[in-house]
Amino acid sequence: MSQALHRPRIRPGRIVVWTLLMLGGIVMIMPFAYMISTSLKTPEQVYDLRLIPVRPTLKNYAALLADARFLDWFVNSLVTSTLVTVSVLFFDSLVGYTLAKYRFRGRGVVFIAILSTLMIPTEMLVIPWYLMSASLGWLDTYWGIMFPGLITGFGVFMMRQFFMTVPDELIDAARIDGLSEFRIWWEIAMPLVTPALSALAIFTFLGNWTAFLWPLIATSESTLFTVPVGLSSFASENLTRWEMVMTGAAVSTIPTLIVFILFQKYIIRGVVLSGLKG
Amino acid sequence: MTLKTAIASAALGAALLSTPAVAVEIEYWQYYFEGRVQAIDQLIEAFEAENPDITVKHTHFPYAQYRTKIAAAVMAGQGPDVVQLYYGWLPDFLKAGLLEPLPAETFDPATIDAEYFPIVKRMKVDGQYYGLPTAVRSLAMFYNKDLFTKAGLDPESPPATYEELVTAAKAIAEHDGSGNLLVAGITATPVAQDAHWWREVLIRQHGGAPYSDDGRTVTYDTPEGAAALHDYTDMFMVHDATEYGFMNESQASFAAQRAGILIDGSFRIGAVQAMEGLNWGVAPLPTQNGVSSNYASYWVNGITRGTEGEELEASLKFLEFITRPEAMQLWLEVVGELPARPSVALTEENLADPVYGPFLAGLDGAQTTEFVNESAQRQIWLDMIDRINIGGVSVEDSLAEAATAEQKLLDEFYAE
Amino acid sequence: MRAIDSLTIHQKQALWAWVFLAVPIVFFVVVRFYPTLDSAWISLTNWSLFREPKFIGFANYRKMFADPVFWKVFANTFKYLALGLPISLLISFTVAYFLDRVRVMHGLIRGLYFVPYLTTAVAMAWVWRWFYEPVPIGLFNDVLSSLGLPQQPFLRSVDQALPSVLAPAIWAGLGFQVIIFLAGLRAIPETYYEAARIDGVGSWTILREITLPLLRPTLLFLIVISSIGFLRIFDQVYNMTVDGQGGPLNATRPLVLNIYNSAFVDYDMGYATAQTMVLFLVLLVITVVQLRLLRSS
Repeated sequence: MSQALHRPRIRPGRIVVWTLLMLGGIVMIMPFAYMISTSLKTPEQVYDLRLIPVRPTLKNYAALLADARFLDWFVNSLVTSTLVTVSVLFFDSLVGYTLAKYRFRGRGVVFIAILSTLMIPTEMLVIPWYLMSASLGWLDTYWGIMFPGLITGFGVFMMRQFFMTVPDELIDAARIDGLSEFRIWWEIAMPLVTPALSALAIFTFLGNWTAFLWPLIATSESTLFTVPVGLSSFASENLTRWEMVMTGAAVSTIPTLIVFILFQKYIIRGVVLSGLKG
Repeated sequence: MTLKTAIASAALGAALLSTPAVAVEIEYWQYYFEGRVQAIDQLIEAFEAENPDITVKHTHFPYAQYRTKIAAAVMAGQGPDVVQLYYGWLPDFLKAGLLEPLPAETFDPATIDAEYFPIVKRMKVDGQYYGLPTAVRSLAMFYNKDLFTKAGLDPESPPATYEELVTAAKAIAEHDGSGNLLVAGITATPVAQDAHWWREVLIRQHGGAPYSDDGRTVTYDTPEGAAALHDYTDMFMVHDATEYGFMNESQASFAAQRAGILIDGSFRIGAVQAMEGLNWGVAPLPTQNGVSSNYASYWVNGITRGTEGEELEASLKFLEFITRPEAMQLWLEVVGELPARPSVALTEENLADPVYGPFLAGLDGAQTTEFVNESAQRQIWLDMIDRINIGGVSVEDSLAEAATAEQKLLDEFYAE
Repeated sequence: MRAIDSLTIHQKQALWAWVFLAVPIVFFVVVRFYPTLDSAWISLTNWSLFREPKFIGFANYRKMFADPVFWKVFANTFKYLALGLPISLLISFTVAYFLDRVRVMHGLIRGLYFVPYLTTAVAMAWVWRWFYEPVPIGLFNDVLSSLGLPQQPFLRSVDQALPSVLAPAIWAGLGFQVIIFLAGLRAIPETYYEAARIDGVGSWTILREITLPLLRPTLLFLIVISSIGFLRIFDQVYNMTVDGQGGPLNATRPLVLNIYNSAFVDYDMGYATAQTMVLFLVLLVITVVQLRLLRSS
């Protein structure tokens, strides 16, 4: 955090700024606090919208975790989200690097074409993906849940922006040393964008952890459901068990919180080394 | 590869992969609702005990995505052998030929006509049945006895007529000093059965009808239809007995003891029973002009096209099993939905039940609406109420606009 | 190998570029471009999921352009962008700018702003709907009336519903924007600031003359990604409005929800894909324009 020390600072306003930021942060987590609060309520109390439950209970958590399938869902989400994240980190950074550091005809077209994949809503892609999965036997498999997200336009765009800041001289020097192109990327360029990679890892992991529509369409076996798909059962035709929905949301948020806490210092800290350049 | 060839190759792939097995496995789909899942699981257990060579795979999906899921599966030639569908979705499925007719040898149309409630006849097209329900649902009035007492009303004599309903609702409604509603006399929200109450109960009580007999013409844009709509909207526009959308969902305010009267379906019984400390009762829907009416709906079990050979045989056996009288009684006890056969439903014991009784009584002479696109038609109703409630449009004008929109929808459906 | 050795440096670079791109391009063609092209074809048919597609020319497009609901929805979509983009970027930049100087509990505060990004839309939408309720249930109206201000109808008003649905969308995405902004701020070399301070320049001028111009790459990334996000808004509307229909009276319905309805409620895939094509073109044009305008020289 040494950089912060050198920053221009309005000293008299520091406490005011800090207080305002803190207050803003507390406002930001209010809905989250209500979620936790509701998860500690009984069905009769759910619509009594006090933040502090009258008689808090862990019954909902016990009921949720007692469902033997919950562990399956958890493992499914963990495995698929992790594998997709690994794939995204590898391919998106490779493509981002290529688009940032190689000069070749068609580069602009490839870049725009990859960006354009962000412009078709997932809602419209689920039917073609489903037909593809059905004809190739991918339904009800981890591969079927994962394949649409293995390379993303978002990550390519992000990594391209970051690789642009890696000095060309480093790469040229490595070429003169006789390193192969692949090793230049892997051993020279990649370490310089570690923070960007951890940010991408978080965004990708979270995106897949909370993904709902495609995992729902791609799986029919309840043992293969991901956490959000499994939990969605609590919303029904005539009655939504909100205390259970909130419990489920709380339980599924915890791993993502852990991931965030583990990675968050990398996101910002090392970015100083590389940074975003367009 | 076009989508068509994808479907074809999917079907081919499925055919190649399915190896002949000693035991037949069939797949059953429904949406998730705790009681329904339990009921079907119990029925499957009993069925498999009776048919050791058949296994039934039971899969359920969240309600909100159930249709989406079926649509995707149907397109790819995947999906269940036996499927539970809302009766209002049938027209779409039948038009596309996605269901197998039930063979007359096992399911004799004349017998079904005689043994089921007349509303089930909607499942008969050109003399053949395409699906059968285990259970049906009707409407009745839930009321909070404590709130009745508090308002000086007799908790043991709930309103029997529409006029009494208005009086009770006005008496129960509570406002604070600035006029904010604290307790609603009667619920009125978009997330409720209110549309059915208006279409099949209130309109008919004024001597009108929502649609022509063949279901192709909207007939509610009449003085009768408008009077019925006033019955509904006056509760919040005139009488201050409620607020449209109070606490988001009707059942929420009733569960929180902030609403005195809830008109809802029999499927709500379980949830209301689960509420500790709620002192409630059930009464038949109020009559008006001496007319009583009700709305009944149901989910049917159908067999999907392409189910053949052993699987078709097993599916038919299963369908027969889950529509037996014993299955219906079990469904009543586990899910709280009413048996589809009068002989099972209207037993003395059931009729005398303080909870089921009013719902069962309502089945007699109940109407079912023939939907062509249930969601779209529901949206027309919601827009009609919004125009009156927040759009400043008169009941009559909003009604006329809704009738035009719905007629267009019907015309488009029947034109094809 | 000799053939490769005889290539010029540029040819070698191009060759390697295509080697690296080969697998991803195949992936994108199969998983993304092919369905998109297929959609373009389906938009010219009357495919309804339940029956054989039949070529009907531009009938879906004519129907779309003649449908007042489509234009309403189209306008709504741009309202989400026009309100959401500046408001969210302004807030997230302000937070990031000041948070950048905070050392006491920096990580905790940053964490607080990021928590909404971790939550699920369904659960949070329910909470927000209660916040918008009238007195005595709704939090916002309680605050308003305790301040002596009139109650607001929020989601139950044709005028206020769209901003009310937008607020949780901004709220949920703020953490992401803050993190990217923080990264961008930290990437600005210290030397620029030191030089400015030696010259005795005020913080406002430093912000305008140094920070903002050097933040351009970050801004470009955030503007492009956030614009696409707001133009594709769906989750919050679907979960916060009655029946997920984007009411009242279509006041909050965005294009993606209309597409979803055409596809999965009406099963009219032809019409749904025609609208998808329009959305695709609009997004493409906007993105290309943004990339051109914001390209740092």
